[in-house]
Amino acid sequence: MVHPFLSEAAVDDLRCLAAMIIPASSRFGLPAADDPVIFTDLLGSLEHDRIEVEAGLAHVRAKAGRGLMALDAAGRAALGQALQAEGEANVAVLSRLVMLAYYRDDRVVRSLGLEPRAPFPKGHEVVAGDWSLLDPVRARRPMWRDPR
Amino acid sequence: MDTVDVLIIGSGASGAAVAWSLAETRMRIVCLEQGEWQKPSDFPSTGRDWEARRFTDFASSPNQRRRASDYPVNDDDSPIKVVNFNGVGGGTVMFTAHFPRLHPSDFRVKTLDGVADDWPIDYFTLEKFYALNDRMTGVSGMAGDPAYPPHEPPMPPLPMGRTGRRIGEAMNRLGWHWWPSEAAIATREWEGRAACINIGHCTPGCAQGAKGSTDITYWPLAIRAGVELRTNCRVREITHDATGMATGAIYYDRDGNEVFQPAHVVVVACNGVGTPRLLLNSAGGKHPDGLANSSGMVGRNLMFHPWAVVNGYVEEKLDGHRGSPLCLWSQEFYESDASRGFVRGYEFQFGRGVQVITEGIQNMGLGRVPWGEGHHEAFRHWSGRRFSVEVCCEDLPEEHNRVTLDPVLVDGHGVPAPKISYRISENSQAMLSHGVAHGKRIMEAAGASDLSITCPVPVAGWHLLGTCRMGTDPARSVVNQWGRCHDVKNLFIVDGSVFVTSGGVNPTTTIQAIALYIADQMKQRLANLFD
Repeated sequence: MVHPFLSEAAVDDLRCLAAMIIPASSRFGLPAADDPVIFTDLLGSLEHDRIEVEAGLAHVRAKAGRGLMALDAAGRAALGQALQAEGEANVAVLSRLVMLAYYRDDRVVRSLGLEPRAPFPKGHEVVAGDWSLLDPVRARRPMWRDPR
Repeated sequence: MDTVDVLIIGSGASGAAVAWSLAETRMRIVCLEQGEWQKPSDFPSTGRDWEARRFTDFASSPNQRRRASDYPVNDDDSPIKVVNFNGVGGGTVMFTAHFPRLHPSDFRVKTLDGVADDWPIDYFTLEKFYALNDRMTGVSGMAGDPAYPPHEPPMPPLPMGRTGRRIGEAMNRLGWHWWPSEAAIATREWEGRAACINIGHCTPGCAQGAKGSTDITYWPLAIRAGVELRTNCRVREITHDATGMATGAIYYDRDGNEVFQPAHVVVVACNGVGTPRLLLNSAGGKHPDGLANSSGMVGRNLMFHPWAVVNGYVEEKLDGHRGSPLCLWSQEFYESDASRGFVRGYEFQFGRGVQVITEGIQNMGLGRVPWGEGHHEAFRHWSGRRFSVEVCCEDLPEEHNRVTLDPVLVDGHGVPAPKISYRISENSQAMLSHGVAHGKRIMEAAGASDLSITCPVPVAGWHLLGTCRMGTDPARSVVNQWGRCHDVKNLFIVDGSVFVTSGGVNPTTTIQAIALYIADQMKQRLANLFD
């Protein structure tokens, strides 16, 4: 896959990292974040944070000691825990981008019990409520100071 | 280019209000705006990537947003980072529309509490302009709030929601004040604008048009009345003649051409950071230290509202991402009480919830949502049950908190960028601590657990105030009691820069009321405006 600014190896690392952050779930019937549809969406969303993405991937690569692809499952899990605990700013940008791409996928949104749609134009229902709840406040004397 | 009668710089909250008010004079009025018109169909809430765009082209920080219309801000030397929006409507395009007025006491802090300075105007001077702005903007709320002098918002309040009920019950248990927020959001059809449909993501623009940003309130009327609004025009400097009077402005048009627009009167409306930046960038000739800066006060006394947030979780599903971000306020601790260990006070604002993915990202940062195993279960566990108590503290003016020009950083046209130097005062810190402690009590009363606290909130410099303060003493202030610069009698400032003190609430309705008041003063004095 040719990406506008990531090398093929960097794309592979990002794919691996995405699945480390959000693995598949048999319980919820969901793919991992390296799912082809989700990952394609992710790759298309990196431009604004290009500097942080490149720095984040370099940081991950340095932490891994070698290519992420070379780590076994246990090694990846351990690395993932270490990276999350460390909270390095550029890696946090990477994890944010993975989350944003993953949780807007139709399959994932439906699994959360939500409609896969934009907020506009349907909007949402919010209960009007009963403002008699304010009665104790209405009974208070004026609280503001009159400086005149 | 022909000389115009009035040149307004900036089309946001105050520039729009002034343009509309002055339009009835039939003077030739031009407004220069560095950004573009916003298309409602382009707002994030129209797309599936609506949450992601809060981190890109609709990020609240100009340093993260990085649009061509933005200028960078060096805020490394401040724990609070600057938030703004540059485009027609300015910050009102990206505000929460929380619309509280200042209190009468806010204008008399020296007299009442012995700190800072009294304003040269008062609440009751502004009262009719607050009411006018309520109608022009389309404000919802409920009359009868004991925290304020009587007034009546023109539309009923935003829905209480599940979150509001939970909070209201908690506040009643504590016996503390709470009230439905006044909001610049139409809750029914208003002057051709549609009512709010609880899109829920209205901070970065309202696709429904229910939020009263000035691109859809004042500007259509001002333009219809003859005001010319030029977009993509970045002003580099305001020029002046040998006598020190303003002569117009030099700006870069959308093609990058340098243009001089002569004017008889110049009105600056660029907010509490953009305005001092422009005046300092206009130094020279009769004004070697910056235009209208013989007092040395241009850029000084910068006030934000130091902010804290207490988040908590309850068992039931709350409003989450549905509905306006804020729904209620409390002013229980707004007025001074010496026993609290600080002067002045703060407002509690209550957040309904948070966007779905954003909540997951934040909980991932807190370690609650893990990478890898257990991710899906944790994401769901923490979803949709959160509300927040936000603490908006009054910030008192201090001269060392200031806007200067960065010696290196420039915008896309090579114009020096602003540099912020700011410290949170001991008084503000004590206020923040009090707010957090009492925010925790609200959470406890609401049955919330798993609290997380951010204090101060870093990217919360959305209220930019005080950097060209109003006053009667030319040695201690930049503009007089009706917005005219002491040093330059055909130069007016109408934005949040002129605030003498900050109050402890969001300032937009006060900024607009002051702008309408200054425009009214100008209209009354047209025959001798420069005397």
